[in-house]
Amino acid sequence: MPAPPPSSAGPVSVALLDHRRDGADAPLLEVHDLHVEYLSPRGPVRAVDGVSFTIRPGEVLGLAGESGSGKSTIAHAILRTLHPPAVITGGEVRFRGQDLLAMSDEELEQFRWRDVSMVFQSAMNALNPVMTVGDQIIDTILAHQEMPRQRARARAVELFEIVGIDPGRLNAYPFQLSGGMRQRAVIAIALALDPPMMIMDEPTTALDVVVQRDIMQQIEDLKTRLGFSILFITHDLSLLVEFSDRIAIMYAGEIVEFAPAREIFDNPLHPYTRGLMSSFPALTGEKVRLTGIPGAPPDMVAPPTGCRFHPRCSQVKPMHRQVVPRLREVTPGHFVACHLYPEMG
Amino acid sequence: MRYILRRLGFYAVAAWASLTLNFFLPRMMPGDPESVIFARFRGQLRPEEVEALREAYGLSDDPIFLQYFTYLTHVLRGDFGLSISAFPAPVTDVIATGLRWTLLLGGVSLVLGFVVGNALGVLGTWRRGSLLDSTLPPLLIFIGSFPYFWLATLALYLLSFELGWFPLRHAYSDRLSPSYSLDFVQSVLIHLILPAGTVVLVSIGGWLLGMRNTMIATLAEDYITFAEAKGLSQRRIMFSYAARNALLPNITAFGMALGFVLGGALLTEVVFSYPGLGYQLLTAVRNLDYPLMQGLFLMITFAVLGANLIVDLLYVRLDPRVRGS
Amino acid sequence: MAQTADERPIPIQTTPAGQVVPLAPDATGGAMPATRRSAVFGGVRRLLANRKAAFGAAILLMFALVGIFAPVIAPGDPSDFVARPHQAPSAEYWFGTTGQGQDVFAQTVWGTRVSLTIGVLVGIAVAIIGVVVGMTAGYFGGRVDDVLSLVMNVFLIVPALPLLVTLAAFLPPGMLTIAFVLAFTGWPWGARVLRSQMLAMREKDFVSAAQISGESKVRIIFAEVLPNMTSLAVSGAFGATVYAIGAQAGLEFLGLGDISTISWGTILYWAGNNAGLLTGAWWTFVPAGLCIALVAFAFALLNYALDEITNPRLRAQREINNVLGRSKEKLPKRARATPVVRRAG
Repeated sequence: MPAPPPSSAGPVSVALLDHRRDGADAPLLEVHDLHVEYLSPRGPVRAVDGVSFTIRPGEVLGLAGESGSGKSTIAHAILRTLHPPAVITGGEVRFRGQDLLAMSDEELEQFRWRDVSMVFQSAMNALNPVMTVGDQIIDTILAHQEMPRQRARARAVELFEIVGIDPGRLNAYPFQLSGGMRQRAVIAIALALDPPMMIMDEPTTALDVVVQRDIMQQIEDLKTRLGFSILFITHDLSLLVEFSDRIAIMYAGEIVEFAPAREIFDNPLHPYTRGLMSSFPALTGEKVRLTGIPGAPPDMVAPPTGCRFHPRCSQVKPMHRQVVPRLREVTPGHFVACHLYPEMG
Repeated sequence: MRYILRRLGFYAVAAWASLTLNFFLPRMMPGDPESVIFARFRGQLRPEEVEALREAYGLSDDPIFLQYFTYLTHVLRGDFGLSISAFPAPVTDVIATGLRWTLLLGGVSLVLGFVVGNALGVLGTWRRGSLLDSTLPPLLIFIGSFPYFWLATLALYLLSFELGWFPLRHAYSDRLSPSYSLDFVQSVLIHLILPAGTVVLVSIGGWLLGMRNTMIATLAEDYITFAEAKGLSQRRIMFSYAARNALLPNITAFGMALGFVLGGALLTEVVFSYPGLGYQLLTAVRNLDYPLMQGLFLMITFAVLGANLIVDLLYVRLDPRVRGS
Repeated sequence: MAQTADERPIPIQTTPAGQVVPLAPDATGGAMPATRRSAVFGGVRRLLANRKAAFGAAILLMFALVGIFAPVIAPGDPSDFVARPHQAPSAEYWFGTTGQGQDVFAQTVWGTRVSLTIGVLVGIAVAIIGVVVGMTAGYFGGRVDDVLSLVMNVFLIVPALPLLVTLAAFLPPGMLTIAFVLAFTGWPWGARVLRSQMLAMREKDFVSAAQISGESKVRIIFAEVLPNMTSLAVSGAFGATVYAIGAQAGLEFLGLGDISTISWGTILYWAGNNAGLLTGAWWTFVPAGLCIALVAFAFALLNYALDEITNPRLRAQREINNVLGRSKEKLPKRARATPVVRRAG
């Protein structure tokens, strides 16, 4: 196995990213210096490389980046649903202080869905094709709570009403539902145990624009009503800006910028973030030319030295090719890992 | 429903194709079939038998398409002609005695092989890298390399002849006559163990490997990860999610293997002198009983088509996507 | 059921299951065919680098040599009566003698010739029919495909062995008849596989390119696409050869072959006829059966290796196992949750 390249951004203390750790606002989920690798014949692929963040109760944290930047891997690492060759090689993941990486299989089975549920990218692929959607809700409920099947079914009816599907469709198989309905059904499953936190991995990407708006509106309403936190993952930055409280931008397995949503929108600092912003038409606001980012994401077996973004950066200087930029606070609450900005005071 | 209708149409075509092949078989013999058959019997045929042969084949001076038409109408009326070796018994009567034994032996060994092989495939994938998973597949591939009739003969020699654990031949004891008595059923079961057991032994390897491959592919599906994320128990994921889906392509394969296994039962029946259609077919070949031979070939084919239809109905029950649209 | 690919707008590199392993161009089928000769040599070399394949090839080579040099290894006519019947193996007669006092070893050696020749001939014939019918059906699609598929499926569903027996009973006995009926019943298995692969290949860019440049259909099918499907065609031929050797032995065992020629099947027929086993003369029965099994096993090994080399999923699995095997870290074979392997430093 080749020697690992010089360590990147390095651990950022959790306290640095979250100022209020006490009382009711204690973080729900803390991810600290998480490393995930995919073992491959060419050497380990460093999919997630030292990522830290926290989510507070009721907060929506957005995670954005190109595909392959490690966003989905983080989501699956939190639930520990990755399988070898994927391996968590370091860091901490705590939910309400409990260490998820130290949990036994049985503890994990209970933790999953009761505490954190997840909406998958493609509802068609996430649903068992040979089981009715109703049965898929019921078996989720029964896996965690002892109750008569009748009551689980009543809960399923309730859930379908909440997400706006005719409960008569509980007996339908996934292929009998439209794309939007399938995604609603998946959201209903995610709500089944009324979890304090939900991960949404590109929940609307596979849908057409109109359905997309509907679903997003629905998630927003549900969140206000039920008050769960969301880790929201997408490559669509404009969607995030509208929807989340804070946003983390990922590039090549690392968080390169982290700030409140409005701040990222008004004042994107990292050249990569700026590129992402210009790859999507803003849903509101003035028209801008779409430029995008030239080049392709790096090979994560041997990521570029120095700043990982340097081969694609328009403002690269020789020093950037060697020195790894650390994630640091440049204005209050706004963190960026880029040599172009001096650390705050 | 549309799916079943389409399959029925296909079986009709397959049945028609084998009927047509059957019609042309005697006419494919080099020279004039009548004199060829006549020559093979070295003049031992009685005149009425010759007439029966001509009748069975529709051999006449009519043009060929008319002969073909006559033949088809005969078959549709269930008239396969008269057997020569059991003259003047109609072919259908002779076949009827063999059919039930073939259905018993073929049915039992097919279902048992399929169930055991698939179950082992699921268990092996569930415990990847366990002793079961690492030793069974290569062992079964190795066993599967031997010619079936060779293994069966060896088993017959060792277990029946040398050790005397099982009867040497036939489907039930010669001292009994068919009835629903306990003795008779017991005798039938004992006579069934070795023939069915050898077929199961050589067939589970294929099912196991097929199931293993589809299971591995299925376990990489999103809905498995989703089920894991939901906190379902591992057992439920394995059976209700993974195995339930992985079974579907194997059922399709089951339909395709029917002809192979039911047809292959011929060798089993010959080795164990089991009085089914296959054994009758070989006897008919040895006795040059051409009408019986052809009737048996058709009957075995129809049995395979019928079994396929049952598999289709089962498939429709198991895959809602076929049932729906 | 092509929902997987269609619903995802972006090809995801790192799925939750962790398929990040790069696929070689030939595995994806997108490669342009290289020059024929080097491709063949490269393929053979790659195949033999696999331990299973090398072992299988060695067994086959041994049998081929035995067949070719039969007159040297066992001089004289193997049908000659050389000793007392049913003599146990001895220094003089390594495999003992038959019920008619023939040398079993000499018969086994000479039988290799006939059995292998028929097997290989039928294997090649079946491969050619399979390639022509399967690829034509797959390339043209529509009506042509409907008709050819119907024919294939009818042949697949009609029970092969009873058909073989009936055909063999009507046709004049002899090796040619056997070879003909084996090819007649054996071709649709390979054709079916090639057809479905061709359906997928038809959509590839290099096929469209060839179509646009006005190449003839025959050329596209056999010169452009076929080289990309060699492994499938070869694997089909291997399978057909095993089928041919086994079915030939079966037919001959039933007495439907030419019992005056010496092949592994007729040896077994005479062993059965002379009650070899029932008088304890196992040596008349065991060698020929073992030979058939060894040849079948050798082809199975070759096919298994071929699959391992060309099937991206299996290859990925094998390479990952290599990685996991080499690294000192102990991973559970099928972990229920993502394994945590903390790396020092």
